Amino acid sequence: MSVGIPLEQIAVQTVNGLVNGMILALVASGLTLIFGIMDVVNFAHGDLVMLGGFVGATTMAATGNFWIALLVAAIVIAVIGAALQISTLRPLLGRDPLTTILATFGVSLVLQKYALWQWGPSARQLQEPITGRFDLFYLQYPWYRVATALLAGAIIGALWLFLKRGTYGIWIRATTQDRIMASAMGIPVPWVHTAVFAIGAAMAAASGVLFGPLGGVTQTMGADFTLRAFIVVVVGGMGNLGGSILASIFISLLEAYASLFVSPAQAVIVSFVALILTLLFRPTGLFVPTPK
Amino acid sequence: MLSLSDIHTYYGKSHILHGVSLEVGPGEVVGLLGRNGVGKSTTLKSVVGLARPASGHVTFEGRDITGVAPHHLAGLGIAWVPEDRRIFKLLSVLENLRTGLDRAGVDDARREALLTKVYDAFPVLRERRNQAGGTLSGGEQQMLAIARAMMLEPKIILLDEPTEGLMPRMVSQIRDTIGVLHREGVAILLVEQNVPLTLEVSNRVYIMEKGVVRHQASAADLRADQSVIHQYLGV
Repeated sequence: MSVGIPLEQIAVQTVNGLVNGMILALVASGLTLIFGIMDVVNFAHGDLVMLGGFVGATTMAATGNFWIALLVAAIVIAVIGAALQISTLRPLLGRDPLTTILATFGVSLVLQKYALWQWGPSARQLQEPITGRFDLFYLQYPWYRVATALLAGAIIGALWLFLKRGTYGIWIRATTQDRIMASAMGIPVPWVHTAVFAIGAAMAAASGVLFGPLGGVTQTMGADFTLRAFIVVVVGGMGNLGGSILASIFISLLEAYASLFVSPAQAVIVSFVALILTLLFRPTGLFVPTPK
Repeated sequence: MLSLSDIHTYYGKSHILHGVSLEVGPGEVVGLLGRNGVGKSTTLKSVVGLARPASGHVTFEGRDITGVAPHHLAGLGIAWVPEDRRIFKLLSVLENLRTGLDRAGVDDARREALLTKVYDAFPVLRERRNQAGGTLSGGEQQMLAIARAMMLEPKIILLDEPTEGLMPRMVSQIRDTIGVLHREGVAILLVEQNVPLTLEVSNRVYIMEKGVVRHQASAADLRADQSVIHQYLGV
């Protein structure tokens, strides 16, 4: 390499970028699914990640089993998500987008303060369920990180199959494409919205638990997740599920490579550059539209 | 069976329907004629809950359905085929049909029978069942919109300008389909610009002007004496 970066470092950053990209994709898929069907940008989405992490940490402390914690967090946050949708977003459906954005900001603050009250200001670290490591050039790379990426991919794959096959997938896609015609065909649109919000919330919670052993769970972690997921949803094309997944990997790889040259904190800047360039030149998203 | 009494409907601040009253009996084909913008489509939307009347009542089989959510009306047996067809463009033809077919109480045998029925009526839909709805031609999309409504096994179909922009061959297929539905006892409220077709397939006809019903007559009387048609429609 002309700039003198060893090939090994590039390979390691590629693996890092892919792992981070898959966790981000799990968060962003929920966000883009919700946007696609309700035209609501859920600015509380990252706080559902955070809440999922805390519920996971609490469940793990009680049961000692990471996988039970993952499942319990997903279910609990799905129920909370459904309750939030029914109480806050359903009455605002079809209003000015600004109204729903402010409402989700409000929800975000409530969830953060609740977490502060319930779990306190200090970070919780979840014990990783897979402790093995393997040689990756100069590193002992944790298997858990690889497992995280695979599991996130499996959950997204399951979502894809759910949308593609079966009655409920048809209901969700029909409602996403034409809410009014869907209701005229007898599809219970308000409940489809609630179910989609619950699914998105469960995926956010799963991300929070999977991320727990890597970065810890703190009451303020949500904003960062919301921002990054929002960036990839814009870059991938609002409401475009396949585009969001590609954009998650793209942005995460970009950040990983940038951190070869600058500190990781500064590397985040490339995401914002990608966001701004996308909005300027490809406002419908970088990638070719895929079926909703 | 379906009855509108003194419906007033607004879009925002514009007053579209100024007291529309009309009736459709069981199994009856009723035409609704009028120039563009007199409120024919809004009348249909007021029935299916997409434009909520500010006053007046819509009753169906003796039950007041004014303001009932659209997704409950489909279950009561009211189907809507909108003017712009509103095919789910990214869903396959079969998935479009399944939006009306996948409901409680439809067993496998009945599903098969319903699908066979619409595929026999519109063979092109069988051929293209795995193709995205958006790839169909305008005429084929109209067939799909009607077939999709038939999946609900409705007691009444509200048909909004089904022949608009179609080739003559497609128009005659729509005419045949209306005939078949009529023989099966499905009531139809037909909004059309095509006067000869409407007079041919309907039992009775209402003529609207500026948000109210101005005239009603049997289709036979209007066929015999078209002066009223000339007066209100200028054709």
